[in-house]
Amino acid sequence: MAMTISEKLLARAAGKKEVRAGEIVQARVDKAMMDDILGPRIEIAENMEMLGAGVWDPDRVTIISDHYTPPANAKQAEIVKFTREWAAAHGIVHYYEFAGPCHQVMVEKARVSPGELVVGTDSHTCTYGALGAFSTGIGSTEMLGVLVTGELWLKVPQSIKVHFEGGLPRGVMAKDVILRAIGTIGHNGATYRAMEFCGTTFDAMPMDERLCITNMAVEAGAKNGVIACDSITRTYLAEHRIPEGVSFQSDPDAQYCAEYSFHASELVPLCACPHEVDNVAEISGAGHVKIHQAYIGSCTGGRFNDLKAAADLLRGKKIAKGVRLLISPASREVWEACDKAGILSTLSEAGATILASSCGACLGIHSGAIGKGEVCVSSTNRNFIGRMGSKEGDVYLASPLSVAASAVTGILTDPRTML
Amino acid sequence: MANITGRVLKYGDNINTDIISPPAYMELSMEEAAKYAMSPVDPEFALTVQPGDLFVAENNLGSGSSRETAPLTLKILGIRTIVAKSYARIFYRNCINLGILAIECPETDRISKFDVCSIDTEAGQIQNLTTGERYLCGKIPPHIMELVRCGGLVESLKHRLGV
Repeated sequence: MAMTISEKLLARAAGKKEVRAGEIVQARVDKAMMDDILGPRIEIAENMEMLGAGVWDPDRVTIISDHYTPPANAKQAEIVKFTREWAAAHGIVHYYEFAGPCHQVMVEKARVSPGELVVGTDSHTCTYGALGAFSTGIGSTEMLGVLVTGELWLKVPQSIKVHFEGGLPRGVMAKDVILRAIGTIGHNGATYRAMEFCGTTFDAMPMDERLCITNMAVEAGAKNGVIACDSITRTYLAEHRIPEGVSFQSDPDAQYCAEYSFHASELVPLCACPHEVDNVAEISGAGHVKIHQAYIGSCTGGRFNDLKAAADLLRGKKIAKGVRLLISPASREVWEACDKAGILSTLSEAGATILASSCGACLGIHSGAIGKGEVCVSSTNRNFIGRMGSKEGDVYLASPLSVAASAVTGILTDPRTML
Repeated sequence: MANITGRVLKYGDNINTDIISPPAYMELSMEEAAKYAMSPVDPEFALTVQPGDLFVAENNLGSGSSRETAPLTLKILGIRTIVAKSYARIFYRNCINLGILAIECPETDRISKFDVCSIDTEAGQIQNLTTGERYLCGKIPPHIMELVRCGGLVESLKHRLGV
């Protein structure tokens, strides 16, 4: 029977030769990831104690304190402390803090390999599909079940094929590609489904950009996003000493519930306007939107490629008066690579403030919240009402290049006017 | 659990997890955080809601984060049953795992705030006792009903582990 890559991944996890979309399988988890905000503190620690159960396989579990680092107050500090102590008490050696947002750390620290089933207590766990894994976000109680049994039930999703053909025009980044897809498919158009990204556009995309694509699959409601392994994947695996795992490809006659095709040559810089991710417009047509904050960071748009693109645009320029440009490299490793390449100094000379590698600003819990009536243009993944602070503030999502260009002019700006 | 009757609190499309459980309050205890549930669209929610109320919304309920704090704070405030036209998948699973019944009904736009509705989960029908209307609703798949009957995943794990 012909299968999609997602079906093959779940067949492997279920120990079956084949599975079909719609089938419910009991799947064995290869890796589990928890963060600080939704990890042990929520429904997990207390219930595990009550059940008198231990972690099924501590070596398969990673815990990353990333949302509340550095803590903004004593309550956040207590949560990080609790998470750290819980990890130690349960023999979790793969514990990280102040290392950066969990999804970048998981990939860089070789905690995910192609072919694996990975679940995490963060909706953007779907990021690891860029490495050819089946990864998806789960809630805390669901994680409790995984920690105790090493398994969970999953309905095998139908797949949507998202096909992009051709090279990206100048000034267009992966963020524009995924916003174009979500704008077309809709913010619930892929609910319960897998998004499989293919075509020559993705074939030519570096891993930093692919991770941005799969990261946002959940913003169309998808269960997982996936890109098949190729030579770019293998180079990335080798560079990060990630075990090769198992590579799957969809069969040529596999069944898809929908197919979308785009020509990359027609893409322009886009933005997602408040307060939904599928509220997508061309950034040049979004009107005269004055901005107060520009943010480049997170598991979506804070990688080396992102900061380099921003620095290349900002070299020799200054950000507009009254605008704050905040930069949070997606990990310590990204920070160090950018530092060595002189990217952080270029950004700083343009007037940017370099922040710790953290989730803080993306969801308005520290390091860059916005106030009433303020507007932020951000390279992150969500622009829901109140997401980055005041519910009377506005968030526009855009590529790191567009964020950098907007920081220079003080209004939402098409970066092609500055390249 | 054949019939569930309750007063309705009604919301529209795209009630996402940042609305149900605003991130700014997630560092609080869940009991404290529950006071701010739904506050971006309805600051009075925590004062209005009564145990046993039916939380009714329209399309794409619970989109966004995996945060279980969204259904958990609703549960702390006494919500045991949710009805919506459609759900984001992680939110749906979180409800089930917490023992909250999440029912799909394509006609929730006909239901208003403070209507009293009676849900027959086995027949797959909702009766609006205030307006006299009847709506069809989705039946709960058996493997999910079993989890909800148990009282959620923790109770089911207790059973499985013999605690």
